[in-house]
Amino acid sequence: MIYGVSYTALIFFIFFVGLVLGLSFYFGGKTKSASSYYAAGGQIHWSVNGIAFAGDYLSAASFLGICGMIAVSGFDGFLYAIGFLAGWMVALFLVAEPFKKLGKYTFSDALNSTFQSRLVTLTASISTLIVSIFYLIPQMVGAGDLVTPLLGLPHWVGVVIVGIIVILIVATAGMTSTTYVQFLKGGLLILLSTILTVYILQNGFTLTPNHKNQDFHEFMNLSPAVVDGQVQNVENWNLISQQEVEGNEFVNLEKDGISRWFNLVKANGTYTLKEVLSITEDANGIQLYNGEPKENGKFYQVGHLSKIIVNGKEVDKTGSVGPFEFLKIIKDSEVVRFSNVKFTNQSQVVSLYYPSEISGKDFMLPGLKYKIGKGASLWSKMDFVSLMLALFLGTAALPHILIRYYTVKSPRDARKSTILAIAAIGAFYVLTLFMGLGAAVNGVMDVESSNMAAPLLARAFGVVLFSVVSAIAFATVLGTVSGLIVASSGAIAHDLLDKYFNKNLSDEKKVKAGKLSAFAVGIFAIALGILFKGMNVSFLVGWAFAIAASANLPAILFLLFWKKTTAKGISWSIVMGIMSSLLIILTSPTMWGRYGLNPMNAIHHLENPAIISFPLSVLTLYIISSLAKVKTVQMQIN
Amino acid sequence: MLHKPATITKEDYASKKKARLGIIFFFIYLFFYGGFVTIGVVNYELLAIDTIGGLNLATLYGIGLIVFAILLGLLYNFYCSRYEDRMEKEMEEKEDNL
Repeated sequence: MIYGVSYTALIFFIFFVGLVLGLSFYFGGKTKSASSYYAAGGQIHWSVNGIAFAGDYLSAASFLGICGMIAVSGFDGFLYAIGFLAGWMVALFLVAEPFKKLGKYTFSDALNSTFQSRLVTLTASISTLIVSIFYLIPQMVGAGDLVTPLLGLPHWVGVVIVGIIVILIVATAGMTSTTYVQFLKGGLLILLSTILTVYILQNGFTLTPNHKNQDFHEFMNLSPAVVDGQVQNVENWNLISQQEVEGNEFVNLEKDGISRWFNLVKANGTYTLKEVLSITEDANGIQLYNGEPKENGKFYQVGHLSKIIVNGKEVDKTGSVGPFEFLKIIKDSEVVRFSNVKFTNQSQVVSLYYPSEISGKDFMLPGLKYKIGKGASLWSKMDFVSLMLALFLGTAALPHILIRYYTVKSPRDARKSTILAIAAIGAFYVLTLFMGLGAAVNGVMDVESSNMAAPLLARAFGVVLFSVVSAIAFATVLGTVSGLIVASSGAIAHDLLDKYFNKNLSDEKKVKAGKLSAFAVGIFAIALGILFKGMNVSFLVGWAFAIAASANLPAILFLLFWKKTTAKGISWSIVMGIMSSLLIILTSPTMWGRYGLNPMNAIHHLENPAIISFPLSVLTLYIISSLAKVKTVQMQIN
Repeated sequence: MLHKPATITKEDYASKKKARLGIIFFFIYLFFYGGFVTIGVVNYELLAIDTIGGLNLATLYGIGLIVFAILLGLLYNFYCSRYEDRMEKEMEEKEDNL
């Protein structure tokens, strides 16, 4: 999409980044010990920690990704919200308090509290690194997406800016500053989402969603002369070419030297050419948006209702609506969605986004992304179950969430902060449903990136709202990335260097090693953020959850609830969880597409690995621990 | 350096009772969450039926799961705090009697 620089947004952006950095430098002066760097000295109040939990958890995936996926895929996006919150039940009921009692700074501390095993240290720290890196990718992708409309800069510049700021934050103050940044950001995010939802409900629905800051583009419909499905001529346009792609006929027309693409649709025996959005790139790499240079601003924002039904009657618009009425109207109406096709035409690479109407009833049901209804394949159903399993089991195994239990004084505080987090996160997720659907029907969607749905919706309502929302979203990314980098640096400096390689670092050196590790992980995260541009951030986070659920959760639960658990069992289950989930992800249809291959030819059709990798990890832990037990008994007999 | 907790806390006499309650509450929530996933896979059409306020079952169930999680969390905290206070008091009384 085409974005211009918003100076108001820029001012808010600089203010928030300055505030975050100021907090970091302030707490940086107080961070002298390893306990302070990795666990904020265990002195954070439970209420601050609870909102900071929410801040940690409401990452780019929640705010940008879920809203974007709801806007594009309807209820399927909300599945992520349901699963993300359900995961906190595992954290609260099974993990929070015992975990607080076990560990000191890192995830491997807790696993190793009983065994003091180097193998556990090694596998747990590698697992922490892999999960954190998979969680970092979507945050960095989201950061790049955000900076483009804020500052009018390319995606990669956004990723680099976030990387540098976060390295500065973490390298200066560690967990204390991260906690207060998350507290601030979590609170503001919930407040702003509430304001945005009120705007959406007050605005109601209209067939032509024009906003103060943004005009609605009505797509052209032309009447062609067609013989045997081939367009012969079209009003005062010149016919250039016609091509069939994935069962759709696309026609390239030209007028006044500008080339446009249309979708040929036949309804009730009459042919219509419907205007689509196009991005073309010639052999010299010159890109045209809807046949014109990018800066002409002819690549429009989209998404609206084509039919509005209120209490069984068709209307052109409604006034303000209540929350239940809002959901009911969308369910009863018709939504215009955009699909993407890519092909080559006369040495040009053509990417088209064409509209299609879908009943609100289908939009408000699972099935647009995860096909589980009639005719759905077994792979598709397995994928849905696998996603819901990963989201449910992943939360309680995320290292950057787990280490937050060490920042409070007692297990009781750990429990109370978890409950506050659940309330705050739950309220936010209900709001994402309204924000996502609001973006879908208000003509604000950027077809190139679903991640910008919520901030662009805010921009339609006002520049100030957009500026604050974008700045908070940016702070969201900063906070989450900071937390992840603290977890990763702990795994490298505290677990690997100090524990596994027995470097016996002094307190001061441990902090220094942590900061150097933060720098290295930050650079790596920047590279990955650039590499994965264009992918939905919630989808990417789903992978991090699956790896965490498979590699870490069996180890945590067996350690807490099965006395026969052994260090070997824990280590091998972590290895099995990582290997099996990574193998399934790296051979998934999405990755097949990333390798430049046809996703349909992927060796399996599972996007989410947890349904296979989690049971494998559990089984490994059980078998190896049982075998070790048998060995011990036999040795005693001998 | 030993793998010990970051902060030293007083003994938790109610930990067993709380753990048992946690497991019960976990399975209660798992039942409803699993129910949602099962309906989606086994009887997808059921998610489309209209319920309260004209919402379909999918939306009502989804929002319901979020609200239920918050309520269950609050209830869990209420009982855990009560166990902790009661057990602590009992232990203090025992120590006084000794």
